[in-house]
Formats: sequence, structure tokens, C-alpha cells
Amino acid sequence: MDAPAPAPRLAPGDPIIRVRDLVVGFDERVILDGLSLDVKAGEILGFVGGSGTGKSVLTRTILGLVQKRSGSIEVFGQDLDKASDAERRAIEKRWGVMFQHGALFSSLTVAQNIQVPMREYLDLSPTLMDELAALKIEMVGLKPDAASKAPSELSGGMIKRAALARALALDPEIVFLDEPTSGLDPIGAAEFDDLIRTLQRTLGLTVFMVTHDLDSLASACDRIAALADKKVVAVGTMDEMVECPNAWVQSYFKGERALARMKG
Amino acid sequence: MTQTLPSPGFDITRNGEVAIIALSGEWTLDHGRRLEEVARQLPEQLGDARRAELDIGGVGRLDTLGAHVIDRLSHDLGSDGVRVEVRSASPLHRTLIDAVKRRGLQVAPQRKSRFVDLLSDIGRTIVNFGHDLVRGVSFIGEIVVAIGRALFRSSRFRWASLVNQLELIAFRGAPIIILITFLVGCIVAQQGIVQLQRFGATAFVVDLVGIITLRELSILLCAIMIAGRSGSAFTAEIGSMKMREEIDALRVMGLNPVDVLVVPRILALIIAMPILSFLASMAGLFGAGLVAWLYGGIAPDTFLARLQGVITAKHFAAGLIKAPFMALVIGAIACIEGMNVQGSAESLGRQVTASVVKAIFMVIVVDGLFAMFFAAIRF
Repeated sequence: MDAPAPAPRLAPGDPIIRVRDLVVGFDERVILDGLSLDVKAGEILGFVGGSGTGKSVLTRTILGLVQKRSGSIEVFGQDLDKASDAERRAIEKRWGVMFQHGALFSSLTVAQNIQVPMREYLDLSPTLMDELAALKIEMVGLKPDAASKAPSELSGGMIKRAALARALALDPEIVFLDEPTSGLDPIGAAEFDDLIRTLQRTLGLTVFMVTHDLDSLASACDRIAALADKKVVAVGTMDEMVECPNAWVQSYFKGERALARMKG
Repeated sequence: MTQTLPSPGFDITRNGEVAIIALSGEWTLDHGRRLEEVARQLPEQLGDARRAELDIGGVGRLDTLGAHVIDRLSHDLGSDGVRVEVRSASPLHRTLIDAVKRRGLQVAPQRKSRFVDLLSDIGRTIVNFGHDLVRGVSFIGEIVVAIGRALFRSSRFRWASLVNQLELIAFRGAPIIILITFLVGCIVAQQGIVQLQRFGATAFVVDLVGIITLRELSILLCAIMIAGRSGSAFTAEIGSMKMREEIDALRVMGLNPVDVLVVPRILALIIAMPILSFLASMAGLFGAGLVAWLYGGIAPDTFLARLQGVITAKHFAAGLIKAPFMALVIGAIACIEGMNVQGSAESLGRQVTASVVKAIFMVIVVDGLFAMFFAAIRF
């Protein structure tokens, strides 16, 4: 392999993603204005915000899918603007992304989907690649026969799991999850939260999770960041969020649904 | 950043019956090939040892692949009758190995024989062909009923959709169709002049071009162009609606997708095709006249006079009569293929291709049938 050696794994607690004064906008509209956020190595960070406030935009900006106007983004301690193409590719190998609707390649089977990044980046024999795909499929809780299925034959929950398996294909250090539990029933969502928690522990992942789901936030996330007024208005644990004075955070974490959850 | 990582290796020391295997290096995806090599070589070098201790204290980074290879190693050795123990794993490595082990060894699904695959492919193709035929006939029936319904209950007919499709098919399609028939008219006239000159019969190029353009050329070019331009668009539009369950959404709202999507498109095609065919004829004759004048030395008034003498209304009609039939064939094939799209992007591409290829093929078949029919009734 001619790829440069990855920097040593960061110690837990170091910021693995560091966003500073980020400004993102489309045409006249400014979506994010002076946003700063740290994601610490080894944590699960839940990212909340109202619909259309730019949660996905931040994720997509970090991933380089959306252009930013100003500000800086560092991943693994490396400024993404200053990274060369090779360095960027090395970084991209170390993160995995699970899109909201899966974004599985519809013409490939689940196993082939998982093998796409492997084929691209690794030198493995087909047998080992099949075994590895089967392993990932089981790790995300899918049945082995899912391997040969096309994405169109999968249920919503299975698509999410298959997409997670593809995100984990290269054993990434950071996993971005865009609304992982949206569209799942509460039981399925709880199982998915457990799965993320378990995988995070076994694989030592850092998870950046965009979500709406209060249950996910409470059960899976170490810290929560809330987006309102184009900025991160609060970062902290669930308890700290409840104490936060911001009006939107108050209505979100102290709304009826949240209170019902707390009592339950 | 460019120092190379220590690649995975192993070192075996014998302690009586026990082989102590010290693993080292980075057991990660980047060293996939090397790991496979290690897994292959290691059992061979173990000799007659009955017990083995896998010491993974010296392993640097470990990921799921590395853990899987270690797990497979101990499993393989175990089935050879060697007792394996994994030693000095750090807590992090231990969790990973346990996570992989719990799931047991995966067996990749066996491929069936190629011969059986081939036979089943052939069988499936034939069955699909039968299904296609039945579905096609029932779909055309459905279209006829829907058109009938639209005619008798015109209040519910989707006029806006019809007008929109007419614009897309006829108005926006006209320039390119006029251009290509103009050019083909020029070419046919030029070739005709070259050949007929040798017999001193240059003037007959008017007969040649006039009849061939009106009877065959304009309608064929027009139909092929429409199949490629509008047929493919129909298939892609209806197909992507099918993919995203929009067709199902229409159905549950009590709307018939054939009424809403198919009938306006096919009616628009049936109206547009004769118009386009007429425009194509005129463009072809204009091109031919231009070449005859500039290249063959036949003055425009001579050309027109001769054209008037040769061309009767039946030549003109023979071309136009075919137009609505061609339109029906193209529209029906395009809509059927659109409805046949399954969930994947690949399937959409396949159906669009099938739609264009089948439509062009059927247009030529229909044209041949008309030629035989006209010959039989001496039209």
C-alpha cells in the first residue's frame, strides 16, 4: 500500500473533528453562521435541531459535499482545506457515512455494496472479501441471506442496517449517521441504538449522529449538540441540555414528549 | 507521515509439546494480502505441535479483518486437532476478537454450476417473453378502454397534460425532425442525380425523391426520431414514478395511472405524429429541390411542375395513414416498459433501452406490413 501511514489514534477525549466559525450558505440564504463544534474521539455525539435548520448541511460540509464560505474544519487534526488529494483520500478511508435513506447502490447486492470501498482501497482476495462482507452483515444484525439481496428487496430497517454495514466496511474511526432511526418503529429504533452503542464499544468508533429521536439521544449518545439560530447553542449531556436556557432547546427537551419520556 | 507500518508477521518457538506463536505488526485491512499469507503459512510451520498459544501482545493495531483472521486461524487449527489459546490480548483487542468469534465462521454461499445457470436463464427468458406478450396485449386493451372513456367523459380528461405533451413532442421535436429529413432529402436527391445522370434521366430524380419521401422516408425518420426522443422520455418518466411508488400513490387515490399518465401521452403522440410527418415530408422535398437546383441543374419551377405531375394524393395519404399507427406502437411500448421498471436504477436504464430498441424494431415491422398491404390493394 502506498497510502501514507495514518496518524496515531487519538486518545479518548481529544477533538477528532474540530469545526471553527463555519459559514455555509446557498445564494442569499445563510444556513450556518459562525458555527463551532468539537467532536471528541471515542464518543457518540448526537446532533439535534429543528427541521430545515441545517443539521444535514453541517454533516455534508464536513464530508466535503457542500462548499463552505469561511471557517475551518479539522478532522484527525488535519485541516481539510490544506490537505492534498492523497491526504484527503487517506482521511476519507478513515470515516464511514450512513446516509438517511441508505444510498445503497441499487444495482448491486448488499454484499457487493459493502465490498465497493474494499475493492476500491484494499488488496484482498475475493474469498476474504466475501467473508468480511458476511462478517459485517452479521455485525449489524442482518441475516446471512441478506448478502445476496438487492436493496429494493429490503425493508426500511434492513436498508439502514445494510447502509451501516457499508459505512463500516473499511473499519473507519469516525462514523457519520444521518437520522439513523428515522422511519423505524420504536422497537427497531431502540435495537438500532443498542447496535450503534455496541459497535462503538467493540470497534472503538467515534460516532457523529444527526437525529430527531429523543430516545436515541438519551440512550445512545454521550453528548448532545443542539443547533438553533444557525449556531450550536448548547453542547453537553442530556441533563445539561435540560438545564439550558435557550428557548428552542427548552421546547425540545422539555416538551410533552420529552417529559413523558423522562417519566417513563 | 510516510513511514511504512510494520506488516504482520509471526514467530514460532517450541516449548516441548507447546508451540508459542508470537504475532506482530499491524493486523489491519491495509495488510490484507499479507494477512492471508500469514494465515496460510502459519499452520504449515507448526509441525507436530498439539497445543498452540497465540500471543497477540505484540500486535499493534487490530481491526475486524485482523480479528477475523485470528479467529479463523484458531478455528482452522482447532479442526486439525491443535488446541489453541489466545494470550496477552489487550482489553480492546479482546473485545474485538470476542465480537467476531461470537458470530462463528462464515461460509460463503456456493455458486451453482454454470450449465444450470445457463439453462435457468434460458427458461426464465422464455417465460418472461410469454409474460411480456400477455401483459402487452392486456395493456393495449387497457389503453383502448381508457381512450374510449376519455372520449365519452371528456370532462374528466386531462387537457392540460395533453397540451403539455403536445408541446414536448410536436413543438420541441419539430426542429430536429425537420433538420434531419431536410438533410436526408438532400442526400437522396444527390445520390439519385449521380446515378440517373448516367442514363441521361436526371429529371426522374423528382419522381424518386417525391415518392420515397412522402411514402416512406418522412414517416420512418419521424417515427425513429420520436421513439428515441419521446419514447425514451415516457419510459424514464413513468419508470421513475414507478420506482418511487408515485404510481401506487395515484392508485390509492382512486386515480387510474393509465388515465392520468398513459392516455394523454399516447393521444398526444397520435395527434403529433401526422403533423410531424407532414413537416418532415415538406422539409425532405425542400432539401431535395434545393439539391436538384444547385447540383442537378433542375430549376425550382421545373421541379415543382414535375412533382405536381408525379405525386398524387394517394402517395401523400399512404405516408400519413401510417402515422397514428406508428404513434400507438411507440407510445404503448414506451408506457409498458415504464410500468415494468423495478426498484433499481439499473432496471430503469434497461427498460429505457428496451423501450427504444423495441419501438424502432416494431416501427419498421409495421412499416413493412403497410408496404405489403398497400401493394396488395394497389394503393
